[in-house]
Parts: sequence; C-alpha cells; structure tokens
Amino acid sequence: MHGDQERQKLFARRTVMLVGGKLALVSMLAGRMYYLQVVKAEQYKMLADENRISLRLLAPPRGRIVDRFGLPLADNKQNYRVMLVSEDTRGLGVDGALDLLHEIVPMSTGERRRILKEVNRNRSFVPVTLRENLEWEDVARIEVNAPDLPGVMIDEGQSRFYPYGKNLAHVLGYVSAVSEREKTGDRLLELPGFRTGKSGIEKIHDLSLRGSGGSSEVEVNAYGRVIRELNRREGLPGADVRMTIDVGLQLAVAQRLSKEISASAVVLDVHSGDVLAMVSHPAFDPNDFNRGLGVEEWNALINNPAAPLSNKVIAGRYSPGSCFKMLVALTALERGAISPTGKVYCEGFMELGDTKFHCWRRGGHGLVDVTDAITQSCDVYFYEAARRVGIDRIAEMAYRFGLGDVTGLDLPGEKPGLLPTKAWKRDVKDQAWHQGETLLAGIGQGYVLATPLQLAVMTARLVNGGFAVSPQLTKSVSTTGVHAVPERHEFPQIGVNPRNLAIVRDAMTQVVNTPHGTAHRSAIEDPRYMMGGKTGTVQVRRITKAERETGVRKNEDLPWRERDHALFVGFAPADNPRYAVAVVVEHGGGGSSVAAPIARDILLTAQRRQSARDIPISNTTGSQAALDLPDAAPSVRAVVNEG
Amino acid sequence: MAVREDALNPPAFTLRQKLWQMHWLFILLLAATASVGFVMLYSAAGGNLDPWASRQMMRFGVGMAVLITVAVIDIRLWLKYAYVFYLATVALLVAVEFMGEVGKGAQRWLDLGYFGLQPSELMKIALVLALARYFHGTSIEDVRRISKLFVPVMLISVPAALVLRQPDLGTAMMLAITGAVILFAAGVRIWKFVIVGLAGVAAAPIAWQFLRDYQKQRVLTFLNPETDPLGSGYHIIQSKIAFGSGGLLGKGFLQGTQSHLNFLPEMQTDFIFTMLAEEFGMVGGLALLGLYLVILIYGLAISVRCRTQFGRLVGIGVTSTFFLYVFINMAMVMGLVPVVGVPLPLISYGGTAMLTLLFGFGLLMGVWIHRDVTVGRRGLGDDA
Repeated sequence: MHGDQERQKLFARRTVMLVGGKLALVSMLAGRMYYLQVVKAEQYKMLADENRISLRLLAPPRGRIVDRFGLPLADNKQNYRVMLVSEDTRGLGVDGALDLLHEIVPMSTGERRRILKEVNRNRSFVPVTLRENLEWEDVARIEVNAPDLPGVMIDEGQSRFYPYGKNLAHVLGYVSAVSEREKTGDRLLELPGFRTGKSGIEKIHDLSLRGSGGSSEVEVNAYGRVIRELNRREGLPGADVRMTIDVGLQLAVAQRLSKEISASAVVLDVHSGDVLAMVSHPAFDPNDFNRGLGVEEWNALINNPAAPLSNKVIAGRYSPGSCFKMLVALTALERGAISPTGKVYCEGFMELGDTKFHCWRRGGHGLVDVTDAITQSCDVYFYEAARRVGIDRIAEMAYRFGLGDVTGLDLPGEKPGLLPTKAWKRDVKDQAWHQGETLLAGIGQGYVLATPLQLAVMTARLVNGGFAVSPQLTKSVSTTGVHAVPERHEFPQIGVNPRNLAIVRDAMTQVVNTPHGTAHRSAIEDPRYMMGGKTGTVQVRRITKAERETGVRKNEDLPWRERDHALFVGFAPADNPRYAVAVVVEHGGGGSSVAAPIARDILLTAQRRQSARDIPISNTTGSQAALDLPDAAPSVRAVVNEG
Repeated sequence: MAVREDALNPPAFTLRQKLWQMHWLFILLLAATASVGFVMLYSAAGGNLDPWASRQMMRFGVGMAVLITVAVIDIRLWLKYAYVFYLATVALLVAVEFMGEVGKGAQRWLDLGYFGLQPSELMKIALVLALARYFHGTSIEDVRRISKLFVPVMLISVPAALVLRQPDLGTAMMLAITGAVILFAAGVRIWKFVIVGLAGVAAAPIAWQFLRDYQKQRVLTFLNPETDPLGSGYHIIQSKIAFGSGGLLGKGFLQGTQSHLNFLPEMQTDFIFTMLAEEFGMVGGLALLGLYLVILIYGLAISVRCRTQFGRLVGIGVTSTFFLYVFINMAMVMGLVPVVGVPLPLISYGGTAMLTLLFGFGLLMGVWIHRDVTVGRRGLGDDA
C-alpha cells in the first residue's frame, strides 16, 4: 500500500489547506460578530428599543369647574364600561359571551351587530367596548359573574358630569367628542373618548381645562400587543376654573324662572362685575351631550320655539322698552335739555306731524318731572326728552352704559344688540332718519335692541357710582387648587354728573317703593333688603289704529307668540346697591306684573345669601369655603318659595 | 456472504470492543453542542420545555442511537453499498419531483406516513459515500487525469441539479461544495478548481435566469435589505438588530427582546443563533463558534488519522458538510450571505438535519473505529 501512503500525504496536505480556508471563514464570522455586536452595538440597541417600545398617550383628567365658593359645577365621574377581549373568551366564543352578558345587561340586536363588527375589525387582543356608563348594580353583577364570563371585563374611565344639569347648561356649556375641524395634529385630540368643550365656559377655557397628556412607555411585541409598562409620565391634569357664579343663587333663579315658558335672568355684582347667576330658561342637560344625543332628542331641542339651546341672557336681543328710559333721562339731564325739576305735560299722547304717539296710560299723567316720569314710566315725557336731544346723543350715552356692543363677557356667543343712529340708518338701511323714530327710541322701542346682560350692566353702571364695570364669569384658573383672587383692575369712571345719576337712581327706587310706582306691588318690605328698578313691557306686534279705538286686546287674549315681553331691571340694596339684576320673560305680559316679582325674589335671595361677599384669599380651597356657607342649595329654594 | 466476510477478514473487533473504541470525547462535544440547542429552544418557548426543547431532546436521543448503529457497522459494508445507497437516494430525489409534498414553496418532502423524508438531506450522506468510494479505487495518477473526473462530476451534478429543481438553492450549493471539497482532498489539481471557479463567475448571469423569483428576491434583498424592510428584507434587518443589540455580553438568558417579542422570525429554527447572540452576546456567540471549531478540528484529525482513502474522504466529507451548515447559517443570520434556509447544526429545531448530521457523525465514528482496517477496492477483501 505504498501508493496509499502517497495519497495519505497528499490528503494531509490538502486537509491543512482546507483547514486554512475554514479558519479564514471562521475568522470572517468572528469579525462580523465583532462588527455587529461591538462596533455597531449602540445603533442596534437603539433600533431594538424602537422596535419594542411604543409611546402611548395618557389622557389627563379634565379640570373641574367650581362656583365662587368652590362647589363643583362640572366634575369628572368614574365611568364604568364593560369591554370584551375576544381572544380571552376561550371556548365560549364571542357569541357565547354576549349571550351570557345579555342576561345581565340586555343588548339590542343593533348593538350586538355593532359589537360583532368591531370585534371582527380589531385584533383579537384589543378590548372592544360593549356598553358605557354602566349602573353600579350592573357592574356588581358582572363582577360577581366574572368567572363565567371569560373575556368580559370592566374598565374604568372618566366622563364629564354636571351635578346641576340643566341649571347651569348655558353657562358651563358642554363637552363632546372631538370633531374633525378641531383636530390640530395634537395627539391628545386623537385619543378615543377624548372630549372638548363645545360651548360656554367649557369652550372658552377648553385649553386650560384640557391639561397636557402624559405618556406611558410600553413594551410591545411584533404584533403590537402590550407586554408591560416600562415607564410612565403622568400628564398635567387640566386646570380648575373658578367661576363667579354662586350656585345657590343660580339654582334659586333657575327654579324661579322654571314657571315661565321662556325667560332669562342675570345677576351681577355692581362693583366687580361678577356674574353671580345667569339663567336662560328652558335649558338642556349638558350631561346628555356628553352621552350623545339621539336624533329625536336633538330634533326636540332645535324645534322647540323657546330655543333651549340658546343662552338668551347674551344672545336674546329685545327692545329694552321702558328700561331704556333712564338713559334717555340721563342724556337730557346731562345735555341740559331738561332740568331736574322741569316738567312736561302728558295728555296721553304726543303729536308729531300727523302721527299720534300714545302714552301707555290713555288718560295721561298730567304734569310730570323726570322723577315722576321714571317712577310712572310716562311715555310722553320721554318722547319729548328724546325729541329735544336727538337720537345720536341718546345712542352715545347708551353706548357708555354698555349697550350697542358686546360687554366682553367671557362666554362665547354674545350678541352686540343695536343702538340706532342717523349714520347707522343711512349706511345700513340707506334711508333718512325720521324724528318719529327718535321718539320711539325714547321709550326703548323701534330699532333699539339689547340683551338682558347689557341691561344688567347698564343697571350696574347706573347705581355703582358711575364706574364702567364690565361683567365676568371667570374668577380664576388654577392648577394647584389654591385660587388667588386676581387683582381687579379699577373700572374707569363713565364721566356722568353724579347728581344726575343720583336723580335716576332715586327715581328707580321710587318705582318700587312709592305707591304710584309701576313696580310697587313687588316692593321688598324688609328695610335691609329694599330694591329699586324699572319695569319694561315691550310690544312684539303693532297695535293698529282700529284696535286702539276698540280697545287694546289684553295679553291673556292673545296667542303666546303675540304677547308682550315682560322686562325688569333692578338693584339692591336700594341705599347701597350691591346687586344688579335683569329679567326678561318672553311673551310674559307686563313688566310690573310678571318680571318685577321675579326680580324681587332673585334680589331677596341674593342679599340673604350674600352672594357677593368677599372670599377669604390664600390657601382656602373651594370646598372649605363652601362648608362655611350656612345656607346651601336646598334652603335657598325654601327662601324662594316664601317670596 | 457472511461466511465470505468472515473468511476474508478475521473478526477484528467484537461489538463491545467497537463501542469501547468509540471516540467518546467527540460524542461529548456533540452532546454539549446539542445541549446549547436545548437551552436556546427552552428560551425560544419563553422559558418552557414545550413545545421545542423536549422534542429536540428526544430527537437527539434517537439520533445518538442512529449514530452508534452506523458507527459499529463495518466500514467495508458502507463502501460496498455506497453506490446502491447513492442510486437509491437519486431515485428518491426523482420521486419527490413527482409526488413530493410542497412545503414552503418547495418540493422537498416525501410523505412516508409517520415522518416526512427529505431525500436532499439523505443525499448529502450518499454523495459523500459515493465520491469516497470512487476515489478510494482511483490511484493518485488517475486522479490527475481529466477523463477520470467525468464520473465524480456527474455524481455531484445530477443530484445537485435535481435539488436545484425543487427548488432548494442552499442544499444544491452544499452538495456542490461538499463534492468539490472531496475532489480537492482526493488530490484533484488546484488549477482545475480555479478554472471551474472562474467559469462559475462567468456563468453567474446565465444562472441568474434560472433562479426562481423568490430566490432572486432573496439575493436582491440580501444585497440591500433596507429596500424592503417589511417584506423579504424584514428577516435580515430584524436579525441584525437582534444580533447587534445583544452587544458584548448579551441581554441575559430569556431576556432577548427581539426574539421574545416576536420581531425575530423563525427563532427556533434558522435564526436560533441570532437569539443566542442576543441573549448571550458576542461572548456567547464566540463560545459556540469555538465549540464548533473543536468539533471540526477533531473531525479533520480523525480523517487524516485514517489508513484508508475511503475513510479519509468520508471523514472529510462529513466534517465539511457540518462546517458548511455552520458557516452558511451563521453568515446568513449575520447578513453575510442571502437567506437560504440552512439550519444551525445540532441546535436548530428540526429532525431531518439532526438525523442527517448524526448519521454523518456515525460514519465519522465508524471511520475512527475502523481506522486501521484494510479495505479492498470493492469494500471487502484486500485486493489492492
């Protein structure tokens, strides 16, 4: 076998060469390992983390809205949802689980179809919401039966809750799901179930109330299933908004107005401009909006002639009627067109050209000075006053008292009203101004339009010593729970002679507190709480000459839509005014018979509650302050019922 | 026949002696490697013996029985029936052409009722045996003649072509390379390999045309995986990420994020080395590579030590096949070569490759046991 020895030698040589080659290949593998695991390790570690770590946004709790004493007006409520994870239903299957659940929480076939559709659309580990806002009993029953309901689980979320429902609807507004138009690219808005404010305070302070989203770093696998949470950064909860509203007074006002078909009222602190109560009746329940309205409910709301969705305090525009007369009187006094003691003879009407302008009292008031004119609301006196000063001066004065433009209240949807001038009529209507229109404006009719809020502001400015106070609903916005009272800037003086203001104010006191005053029947007997004010009755239809001759039809004989609006603006206490109120009852009838008693009840309640009393500053959280309050909401109602 | 065998070859060893002669250290190395596999499969199942580790252990047990059986069979019988075995395997390969089960887009399996048979795996052994027998009977002068190369080249190319048709590029390449290594070890002139190599490079563009779409895709993706990060490139990218993020020391046992969060595909089979590298880092990877290197060196040493050309060539053929598995798999998961679907020997989950390898190592053990037995040209008597 010596040939074989040669072969073996050759074989050995070749094997050594092969070993060399293989070692070269092995070195290549080792080199590659070094490259990947040492040289590039950091880069690949980052990529691996990008793979496995997913950032999830956490919705921050929405800020609360509290009243001036800290009582919650809009809060977050635990919301129990029942969810289904289809892969966990095991042998039961989605259908089986739904059947069992049906015995606890009945589900309609439509609901069931939606659920099945959603189950099919999602991956099997994604929870699908079966039902939201569960009753506590249902939650308990599901939890008890949990062992028999694999894949069914209860999830807690937060939903907006308005404890006072309808009573604060127009002030607070409501929240609902984010609309396409609102999306700005902020990822918070993309969160399922996220709500944004759609009207009222919820809308105007939406950004502060939202807070900022937290984030949760979760480890996910290649299919996106969350394995565990790695890191969590809580977001900033939304800021609490403290309002100027006194919820006790608000409830009393709402209750008082609820007897009418359509009415609104607002109460202001005449010095600070704080809106203490603001009610537009009828209202909607903002809780329903959060839940989601059905088509029928929605139609019922928008087809209601009393417009429950509209906040009539800021969006209802009415002829101010006799409530406007103070401004006409003030214009005339300021301009010297009429002296405080100057008298006008009222024979029941005034003739201008061949038109007769009637006073509300057919027989006339005889000789009246400015105080008598306001007290008895003599129309003829103001026809004459208006004729003497002219429309433009009246408008200029009214503007200084807050009419003709938005008051700047921190609430969306405020209407500016209207103060006609000659220029306005030329520009807008392309017509010349007639003097008859000046006369009509003199008694607050014709083109003049004002919102109840403007009338309340006007009243406040008339009685607070001549400061141009402006209304506000927000007291403070705070994330810490400590509400510092913001520094109130001084309101500028209107620049009206205080003597003339005193004349008007005294006349308004007499309207209520002298026997021949138009609101005498609504006087407050208690000397501590006496009020002043002015009635207004506004025609919404034209009284024809024929009707005037045969006798003006009484309101009760008219269809609701044609009845007069009843207005009243008032203040109290009469000697040192603190509260101003404006009440408008749509088609309610007479200002003295309908609106004045309401204003009386409101002002009485406001004074008894001391709604505008100063809140101790520093460290006082809202709820503590609320505890100090002797009379909470229920007792307020009792007060109203007495009155 | 048994009578003749006894007459011509006085009984060299009893079965007991043969078992005693077994290279137990080598077997221990195999067991150690397989154990690394069990550990990784345990991790792949998220810290569970089921479903992979336990079954892999069973398979290893069966494979060891096969190894020992193969090892104790007289090496001359393997030589004698080498061609028969080879022809039978070629016949099986043809059979898969017509009735193979289509798995993962390739006809590779023959359904034999209880277990699937993969003739292409069997071919790796049959080719080694056939070539070893051929060169066993060829003198050193004949080997240098070009005419004598016709038969071995045919022995290699017929099965390689059949496997390529399945289509299984990885196995076809392994067959071709294993054959070439045996030819090289048998003493074929080096310049011939150079010429074939150059011819191969020149023919590559033509060969490209014959590749299946998915094979072309794999090559293209390999060249630039980022072009298709969610499609075919996904495997390579995720594997490299897992590999690299393991760093020097790894993320720790059962802590591989890429593998446990399912970013890594096929982690229990083809990409198991990636998982090991992710959990045990470069240190772990090099340790395994070292273990493989020791097995390789032992295998080559056993081959060189053998006194018969048949034994030597079988030894180097088996060892080279083993090395090819290791190299192609590791290079593949590290993005050095295209994804071709070659398992990591003794570690990847799967029965066929394990059985093939242990069968091959059985032959290597046989070579070791029978290292001093004289073997005739046709297997039995000594007619040299």
